[in-house]
Amino acid sequence: MLLYILKRLVYVTPVAFGVSVVCFLLVHLAPGDPLSAVLPADATQATIDEMRSAYGFDKPLPVQYLIWLWHVLHGDLGTSIATGRPVLGEVSRAVVNSLILASVATVIGFTFGTLFGFVAGYHRNSLADRAASAVSVFGVSVPHYWLGMVLVIVFSANLGWLPPTGAGPDGSGNWRPDFEHLRYLILPAITMSVIPMGIIARTVRALVADILSQDFVEALRAKGMDERGVFRHVVRNAAPTALAIMGLQLGYLLGGSILVETVFAWPGTGFLLNAAIFQRDLPLLQGSILVLAMFFVLLNLLVDVMQTALDPRIERA
Amino acid sequence: MLSRLRKLGARGALAGALALSASTAALAQGTLRIGMTASDIPLTTGQTDNGGEGMRFMGYTVYDGLINWDLSSAELASDLVPGLATSWGVDATDKTKWTFKLRPGVKFHDGSDFTADAVVWNLDKLLKADAPQYDPRQSAQGKTRIPAVASYRAVDPLTVEITTKAPDATLPYQIAWIMMSSPAQWEKLGKSWDAFAKQPSGTGPWKLTLFAPRERAEMVPFKEYWDKDRVPKLDKLVLIPLPEANARTAALRSGQVDWIEAPAPDSVASLKSAGFTIVTNAYPHNWTWHLSRVEGSPWNDIRVRKAANLAIDREGLKELLGGLAIPAKGFMPPGHQWFGHPTFDIKYDPEAAKKLLAEAGYSAAKPLKLKVAISASGSGQMQPLPMNEFVQQNLADVGIQVDYEVVEWNTLINIWRAGAKADISRGVSAINYSYFIQDPFTGFIRHLQCNFAPPNGTNWGYYCDPAMDKLFDQVRNTFDKAEQTKVLEKVHEKYVDDALFIMITHDVNPRAMSPKVKGFVQAQNWFQDFSKITMATAGR
Repeated sequence: MLLYILKRLVYVTPVAFGVSVVCFLLVHLAPGDPLSAVLPADATQATIDEMRSAYGFDKPLPVQYLIWLWHVLHGDLGTSIATGRPVLGEVSRAVVNSLILASVATVIGFTFGTLFGFVAGYHRNSLADRAASAVSVFGVSVPHYWLGMVLVIVFSANLGWLPPTGAGPDGSGNWRPDFEHLRYLILPAITMSVIPMGIIARTVRALVADILSQDFVEALRAKGMDERGVFRHVVRNAAPTALAIMGLQLGYLLGGSILVETVFAWPGTGFLLNAAIFQRDLPLLQGSILVLAMFFVLLNLLVDVMQTALDPRIERA
Repeated sequence: MLSRLRKLGARGALAGALALSASTAALAQGTLRIGMTASDIPLTTGQTDNGGEGMRFMGYTVYDGLINWDLSSAELASDLVPGLATSWGVDATDKTKWTFKLRPGVKFHDGSDFTADAVVWNLDKLLKADAPQYDPRQSAQGKTRIPAVASYRAVDPLTVEITTKAPDATLPYQIAWIMMSSPAQWEKLGKSWDAFAKQPSGTGPWKLTLFAPRERAEMVPFKEYWDKDRVPKLDKLVLIPLPEANARTAALRSGQVDWIEAPAPDSVASLKSAGFTIVTNAYPHNWTWHLSRVEGSPWNDIRVRKAANLAIDREGLKELLGGLAIPAKGFMPPGHQWFGHPTFDIKYDPEAAKKLLAEAGYSAAKPLKLKVAISASGSGQMQPLPMNEFVQQNLADVGIQVDYEVVEWNTLINIWRAGAKADISRGVSAINYSYFIQDPFTGFIRHLQCNFAPPNGTNWGYYCDPAMDKLFDQVRNTFDKAEQTKVLEKVHEKYVDDALFIMITHDVNPRAMSPKVKGFVQAQNWFQDFSKITMATAGR
């Protein structure tokens, strides 16, 4: 197992390097001037050139990349053009906020998705199956930001039960697990949970249906095992795939849904990326994308390892 | 000789649009929470970023300029008033030498004295790259604002002398941009602007007490503010960045904020019916087509320029925007102090437009075809897509066929900087651009002075007319304010009579607020005064 983990870690290195090149180039190939959003619109050419040189944008692209990589390897993601604050600090705070939101959304999505999936899988073609399928199709299809707005209109604007924007009452940026902060989390978490809920429900339904039709289930029942015992076997067989799907979904959510976080002004990675894109804040954009991509790579690694632990056949394959 | 300036005493009644008079309801001082359109708290160190919004909320609140804007009246066009300088004037024998007499007894929030040395220190922070306090980020914002300044010195603790590169009567407008940060606080915080950003110190009516990047800023009144009339009445002012218009509206409706900037036009009616107040007023903003005057441009024919101006149904456009617009009668909003008396009446007259186009040689068989660059969104651009579609239809009705090059806002800014001849402009003959037109330079000179053609400036269309340049020189060389206003009127008359732009509409700076907000006077300015505001205890 340890050797397997080491092997996987070695595979991650070229991927990480590739990710760094792609995220650096992508940002540079995007149209627009990184300084245009920072300087006053009628800034003189001399001022623009001065700033360009101060940020190193006047150097050839490969040189810029090497300088950037050198700093990244030393834990320095640079300084945001728009705010002058270190990118690492900006991204770290945002990642923590997105992690909180993504975790809660994933738990909600996974709980309800699994529940609907099992109900639908166990009672195929029944009314319950159709209802669960309808909910999961809705979850996958509904536009995130639209659902967010609807929830805000109903629960914030009309009923006044929950706050519509922000991460907490004091703006300190540090989310705490108390009731007041929890109120700020509910609407964005529900909004973000519908996609993983829909995907997990459909996946689990298919898995359960498939497992229940296999011979070993028949054999278990023939041996006289009660339904609870059979259910445990079904869960054990469905878990690796469901877990992999959940891991991927967590990765997507961690990237912070730009739309949802912007609708709710939730100070996570999506909100940060949105600001960075609109402000053409190259260092912030590169830093955010790099950190998120690395998270995704590591999360994949974690899912692989967990799947292997749950199903030893994977390691042997 | 110094010309003493009187402080304007126009503390007038409110405009009809501002039904915000103090009610008989009991007034608590209270907290006012504002949802801004910016995605981050504007730079807090003095010279702000985030354009007009940055100066509005983090410039003239925490800081002062030597010269401030009079923000006390809704009816009168806003003008300059003494700030940290009580008077200023140009030397009678050398029109490049200005003397600023400073206000005595002014303290920064940290308790240190405001002196002439502090003024020099602040100008160095923007202009002197080798000064220890030089801040590239503030310099990027401020240097462009004071192009006339050549040198400066402290004459005595309460006198500063500023020398300009050439005689320039617009210097006071330039100086009004420059915010004064505390040198003592910067020293105390280890000479670090990053540390200063968290604990800034200015001389303004508000002190910053909390700064949470991208999330929130909180300010409390500076009780020792030098202008007792402008010591804030509120207990606290809170700024919250909410870049998404629907999120702002939701925050207002749910009571999370009391005031939002720029509500989406389609939310205005429902906000009104829910009991919120929509406050609007004219201000120095316009929404135009900036025309290319390079060789071969169809806009070089005044008949075509006038025809396009006559083809647009501005009242219809206002209706499209839910009433949140002022139809253009010129480059400046109607009633502006520099409007003058132009002879060309900008109105909707498609028949006259067709006639002019026929005279210029265009017909149904030979229509005029144009390509224009527009943005999909952008600061000050209002609703560029539906508005331009409306204009396109108007022009088609008189025989002008327009094709749009839709680009992202930052790209349009780059096109505007590069000029009509640049490749990036893709051969368009006009760009749809909205302008901040607050002073003679930003209002007139930068758009049309011959030597401001790119790359030296933002005369995008390469317009060059010696007669106009002569007027600009007169503006710079007329040091008497009343006389200067007369010259500026002539400039505006030429703008309109020569139909130098397609002048379409003006924004009305809409903001929506809870009926609890009392005492706000929306000045005809990009900046506003929050000192007089109170919060009613009863209400929403």
